[in-house]
Amino acid sequence: MKFKLPTLVLAAGLATAMNAAAFEPSKPECIAPAKPGGGFDLTCRIISNGFKEAGLTDIPMAVKFMPGGVGAVAYNHINANRRDDGNALVAFSSGSLLNIAQGKFGKNLDENSARWVGAAGVDYGAVIVSADAPWNTLAELVAAVKADPTKYVVGAGGGVGSQDWMKAAILMKSSGVDPKSMRYVAYEGGGEATAALMGGHIQIYPGDVGEMVGQVAAGKLKMLAVMAPERLEGEFAQIPTAKEQGFDAEWTILRGYYLGPDVSDDAYNYWAGQFEKAYASDAFLKAVHEKGLIPLKMSGKTFDTYVKSRVVYMRELATEAGLIK
Amino acid sequence: MDVLSHLATGFSVALLPLNIFLVLMGCFIGTLIGSLPGIGPINGVAILLPLAYALGLPPESALILLAGVYYGAEYGGRISSILLNVPGDAGAIMTTLDGYPLSRKGEGGRALALSAVSSFAGSIGALILMVFTAPMLSQLAIKFGPSEYVWLMVFAFTCLATMVGSRPIKTLVGVVIGLLLATVGVDSGTGVLRFTMGIPNFFDGVDFLVVVIGMFAISEVFVLLESWALNDLKITPIGKSFVSMADMMHVKWVVLRSTLMGFLIGVLPGTGASIASAVAYGIEKRFAVGDKEHKEHFGEGDIRGLAAPEAANNASAVGAMVPMLTLGIPGSGTTAILLGALMMFNITPGPLLFEQRPDIVWGLIASMFVGNIALLVMNLPMIGIFVRLLSIRQSYLVPVIVMLTFIGIYSIHGDSFDLYFMILLGVIGFLLRKLHFSLAPVILGLVLGEVMEENLRRALSISGGDWSILFNGPITYGLAAATVLAIFVPLMVGSLKKRKALANMADMED
Repeated sequence: MKFKLPTLVLAAGLATAMNAAAFEPSKPECIAPAKPGGGFDLTCRIISNGFKEAGLTDIPMAVKFMPGGVGAVAYNHINANRRDDGNALVAFSSGSLLNIAQGKFGKNLDENSARWVGAAGVDYGAVIVSADAPWNTLAELVAAVKADPTKYVVGAGGGVGSQDWMKAAILMKSSGVDPKSMRYVAYEGGGEATAALMGGHIQIYPGDVGEMVGQVAAGKLKMLAVMAPERLEGEFAQIPTAKEQGFDAEWTILRGYYLGPDVSDDAYNYWAGQFEKAYASDAFLKAVHEKGLIPLKMSGKTFDTYVKSRVVYMRELATEAGLIK
Repeated sequence: MDVLSHLATGFSVALLPLNIFLVLMGCFIGTLIGSLPGIGPINGVAILLPLAYALGLPPESALILLAGVYYGAEYGGRISSILLNVPGDAGAIMTTLDGYPLSRKGEGGRALALSAVSSFAGSIGALILMVFTAPMLSQLAIKFGPSEYVWLMVFAFTCLATMVGSRPIKTLVGVVIGLLLATVGVDSGTGVLRFTMGIPNFFDGVDFLVVVIGMFAISEVFVLLESWALNDLKITPIGKSFVSMADMMHVKWVVLRSTLMGFLIGVLPGTGASIASAVAYGIEKRFAVGDKEHKEHFGEGDIRGLAAPEAANNASAVGAMVPMLTLGIPGSGTTAILLGALMMFNITPGPLLFEQRPDIVWGLIASMFVGNIALLVMNLPMIGIFVRLLSIRQSYLVPVIVMLTFIGIYSIHGDSFDLYFMILLGVIGFLLRKLHFSLAPVILGLVLGEVMEENLRRALSISGGDWSILFNGPITYGLAAATVLAIFVPLMVGSLKKRKALANMADMED
């Protein structure tokens, strides 16, 4: 550590000095708007390692941490200080988009305050109950909840208006239960919610598929449905979708990267091109898989349009649920 | 025995030359990081995590290194608490209460040595508990629901109330300030922003570490500046004092109780070193009231008030590993990062980890035995050097403290907002000190308040607003009873003593 610091500073100084005219990142970094080890960290590792393993870059990409408000601090930081910095990719998730949709990232900031550049991959919502719960299908669970919505407690890793709450609300709506009648408890993150489910404090956890790798295999929890458009591959191939079971409940968790709103077209196209090359590399796709995501090959303009349409969709959902007045 | 054979496997991993080297490195870096105000174990592990990853270490070795940083920091945190009245990390806040007065009396060496031994005893005791009870305890930990947490916090608040006994009103006001700070941020239940004034940096609430460093370190700097301006700088005497056998015998039960308490609180997800040390301190103060042989001088340099939080914070660091290893659930902020580290190495933490990767789990546990012995050996001879810190002229020391805190705080969020906020808190802390408020209650109000509010609301949303959920099982009854005892026992002991004294006087008058 002691010896590393001065050399790093020196290297950074040199790199800035060599800033060339045509876009070539001088000091590429991925900003993970959370603490190390969290979901955004993993998202950043996908490109910092994946790009290297795919042979796309010689300059190692640093991962920087800027925790706060599911990305709110980073969004404001980029918009205030680094609007045109082509070196800084920032990781985001659909949780960040949901907050943008509800105007929680700041009064003057919306989905047009960033250039959405490339996708890391997707994950899907999942309906999870304890292994000793009496239900084995989504229909059984829904029937029980319908009979008395206040009897069972839904708990998840975020407050009202968060992704997890949305998943629960969509599930309730698809089965004809008023989302407002459900008993919902907010925990700090998926880990705590999983603990509460194991301890029997909550009965239903609308979590993510990716975080359940290992947990379902251990036999302490049951996954009744994946909230994906079709069945997944691998470990979760046996789990039916909600749709299959007759409930129109889908939730896609999107993870990807954006650049500042005033980044030049040169820089934007450079990064979009890097993503296109990465999607063609097996090494990169393997990196995506290892971090619990399913690859989504989308970058540049298409991705920008897609993200913006997601935000519009989320805004509709949030308005419908009475979260935006 | 099964456990012992597992442990043997563990030692065969931990005693590999690479792993011995890493555990020593981890412990050394941890002590250093812990002793620097502003960088606590969370940040230390976070800083080293990318490095461990880049070095391409095997997962068990990386975990051994990072865990070494974690519990090493619990040792290091005490140093600046005792010598400078600036807690090196969150778990060392309570250590300032009796550690600093000791050092002002010229007994810094004694305080450092005793706290090192207490830390060691706390760690080793907790490790033994972990080896034999981990799977069972993790089952108990998940049974701890919102109502149980509420009672645990009520109990902690009760212990706290006597903490700075001579000024109960000021302690109370301090706690309320902490509680107010705890309400800032996204409301956990409804997702509504509270008191954030539209500043995104407040969305996740007020960062605990910024408050600790602002209130303690920055305000300490202002105090030093003031005494410099008034030409009133006191030179702290540097004694050659060291811990004596009598000291150790005096605190042996204190250490034992605090180890158990710290370990149990550490095992619970969502509570860590700061709460563990506060509860241990509070309990010991309660116990000491009834101790006829030794009058209590908590807050004025009582070695019991020093040993308790140090044993507890180390024990809690070990305890926090229990749910992480057995269930894949973090027991503290730092273990949450360790869990993330495991995932980065493509190892899925969870209930199967013990069966699938015993080399990792038991290797880590065995390495913690090695690491703690190394820490004790490392820490005792260094005390002489640490104490020398006090002989550094304050005109040099102060800028160094300020610099370190600025770097440390900036490294958390990478945003200068925290620095301004830290200075503001420093000014507030300085004013509070001038008004003779103790700062520890503010910090504890902030930590306990947040946990208490979240869990109270969880409990009430589970029950649909029915308060009877707070009495829903044996654990809640037990904690409620403990709370009542904590309030009344000292009162009764106190009045009993008074009556005896009166009776004695009456006898004499006869």
